[in-house]
Amino acid sequence: MSATATTRKPGIGHSLSSWANQHRKWVLAAPAMAFVALMIVFPVGWTLYLSVTDASGSVRAESDFVGLQNYLTVLSDTERFWPAVGRTVFFTVGALSIEMVLGMAIALLLWRPFRGEKWVRVAILLPLVATPVAVGMMWRLIFEPNIGFANQLLKWMGLPAQPWLSGQDTALPTLMFVDIWQWTPMVVLILLAGLTSLSDEPEEAAHVDGANAWQRFWYITFPLVMPTFITAILLRGIDAIKTFDILYATKGKGGGSFHEVETLNVYAYGLSFDYNRYGLSSTVLILFFLMIIGCIWILTLRKKRSSL
Amino acid sequence: MKHQSMFKAVGVTAAAVLAMGALASCTSVSAGEGSDTVRVTLANHVWTDIIKDRISEFEKDTGLTVELTQLGEDQLSDQYNVKLNAGTDEIDVMMYRPLQEGKLFAQNGYLADISDRVTANSDWNWDDFQSGPVGATTWEGSVVGVPTITEQEVLYYRTDLLEAAGLDVPATLDDLENAAKVISEDNPGVAGFVARTARSAAVTQFSSFLYSFGGDFIKNGKSVIDSPEAKAAYEYYGGLLNNYGPENVSTDMSWPEAAAIFAQGNAAFYTDASSLYKNLTEAENSTVSDSVGFAPFPAGPAGSKPYNVPSWALGINEASPNQDNAWKFIEWATSPEMTLDIQEAGVPGARDSVWADPAGTASFPPALAEAVAIGSETGVGYDRPLVISVAEAREIVGAPIVEAITGGDVDSVIADAHEKFQAFLDGENK
Repeated sequence: MSATATTRKPGIGHSLSSWANQHRKWVLAAPAMAFVALMIVFPVGWTLYLSVTDASGSVRAESDFVGLQNYLTVLSDTERFWPAVGRTVFFTVGALSIEMVLGMAIALLLWRPFRGEKWVRVAILLPLVATPVAVGMMWRLIFEPNIGFANQLLKWMGLPAQPWLSGQDTALPTLMFVDIWQWTPMVVLILLAGLTSLSDEPEEAAHVDGANAWQRFWYITFPLVMPTFITAILLRGIDAIKTFDILYATKGKGGGSFHEVETLNVYAYGLSFDYNRYGLSSTVLILFFLMIIGCIWILTLRKKRSSL
Repeated sequence: MKHQSMFKAVGVTAAAVLAMGALASCTSVSAGEGSDTVRVTLANHVWTDIIKDRISEFEKDTGLTVELTQLGEDQLSDQYNVKLNAGTDEIDVMMYRPLQEGKLFAQNGYLADISDRVTANSDWNWDDFQSGPVGATTWEGSVVGVPTITEQEVLYYRTDLLEAAGLDVPATLDDLENAAKVISEDNPGVAGFVARTARSAAVTQFSSFLYSFGGDFIKNGKSVIDSPEAKAAYEYYGGLLNNYGPENVSTDMSWPEAAAIFAQGNAAFYTDASSLYKNLTEAENSTVSDSVGFAPFPAGPAGSKPYNVPSWALGINEASPNQDNAWKFIEWATSPEMTLDIQEAGVPGARDSVWADPAGTASFPPALAEAVAIGSETGVGYDRPLVISVAEAREIVGAPIVEAITGGDVDSVIADAHEKFQAFLDGENK
């Protein structure tokens, strides 16, 4: 090897690759960091900034810093904000509870192999693959009070017609029914995955000891599948709390003439796209964001405890 | 040291992202200043369908290429909200609703001033446009849009039901109520009257009732929706639907739902925009296409005062670098010849000369043409509160309509709506 070759300065390509080698963890994480910065940190930061301004009309127009005024306005709004919070909680807790109970029941039925199992699984999963807006439009036609199939069915059964989506008190429960129809299959899928990974031995042992079916489920299967159950609550709960498509497709802007299905999502959308009040809308979204984070935190704590 | 490395990594990533952005921006350079491509955004409407079929003529005459985006009304509004807010230059020509978004868009500087352009070509003749629609596309003395479609509220009725009941076509609102009562009692399952019921959507159709009762939304900058005339109008409109409307009346109906009830033969009377008549008179849309009658809006205590408004207009995006070619498109789409052709196909325009031309009204059912002509004379030039944030105002003034339809406590809701509307107006006038 010649002396000149050993003393030659390394090329730029070599320095770059050596630098990349030394800082491998940053280089490899960079695309993910850039994605998080662009898609999460920036939008949330921008929304946070808008929430302390009086931005309205156009976001490019000049706006003044108003401190926490928007938060005070929103938190003291008993006409739209708090009812929307109530509806969001009612919709999420109501739909989620029924979906979890139904989902568990169906998953238990599908757990053991039976004839025609494949066909039943496909049929159960069908609502899951339908587009939410199409689902909304379909149910809107079914629940139409004058010409819809639902009232026609009631008529054949000799029962009085119902207002369904048109009624102030019946609209939200009707939409909860649609949500349950569409999303219970997802819960079934998750719980079925959890159930199939369980060992048969504990349950067989309980069977030998004389435990009945309910006791075996409540004291053996359910505690064992609990981490999966909480994961399902977490995934479906976050999704349910953010529901927008079926509400908007069936009731339009404002969640109906009496705001009867106006959840926080629909309210924030209306403030932004209908009223062009970007400051107030951002405030509602930040509060909503905090609410979701709070729910996730509680559920994660619960999951950790159940895994211990 | 660790921080330094992190900054370097972030720097490299940022450079990569910027490079990608630069590459992406290269793709849109072709539609910049003086580009041969005009990007036009239009709403779903019969007018748009006619224009779309003839765009090749424009392209042949001018050598330009039209890139058309067509969206539903709500999607169009949302698109404008997002894109124009971001200062997009990707839209050259925009179809917009002068009474709904005109003030907001003009105030935000989204619409280019076309005052000089409209007067430059005497053959195109800006003076030919009706003054009401022109007023709605003018902002602080500057023209910002060219009206394309106009509409008035008219009364649609079922000729067979009226004949069977031995009733005349209602000329007054009292006659209308009486006829709705008689027909709904004689024909179980058929509503006497149907109209829009959704809080915001109903406001425009309710406006003709309000004006005909002698009321208004705003007077001298103050809310007057609690005046005795306005109260009577709210009670009348809501009462008509509550007493003689469809069974299980929904409070979510806009025009497609209300028109469908009439078109399926489930209602005797229907009040809505004149431009919707084909939904009722064409056999593929309507089971009662042979028995639809048209009448001028019935007179109330203050006479017959339907709205007479420009529902759509064309404007140029202020941020567009291709405004000259955008104007060429507007000039072509709103020329006297094109307006006549479109009106002959059943879409009412805003040019006086076309209305004066017998060919311009030949395609309309004669009774509808007459109703529109009367409405144009006696009509009011707006169908919703003339404010900047129209959507919010409509929600406020629409609350008593829904309350009246459901038979609730209208007085207290009017008092509440009046207070809110005044606060809203004070906020806008700050």
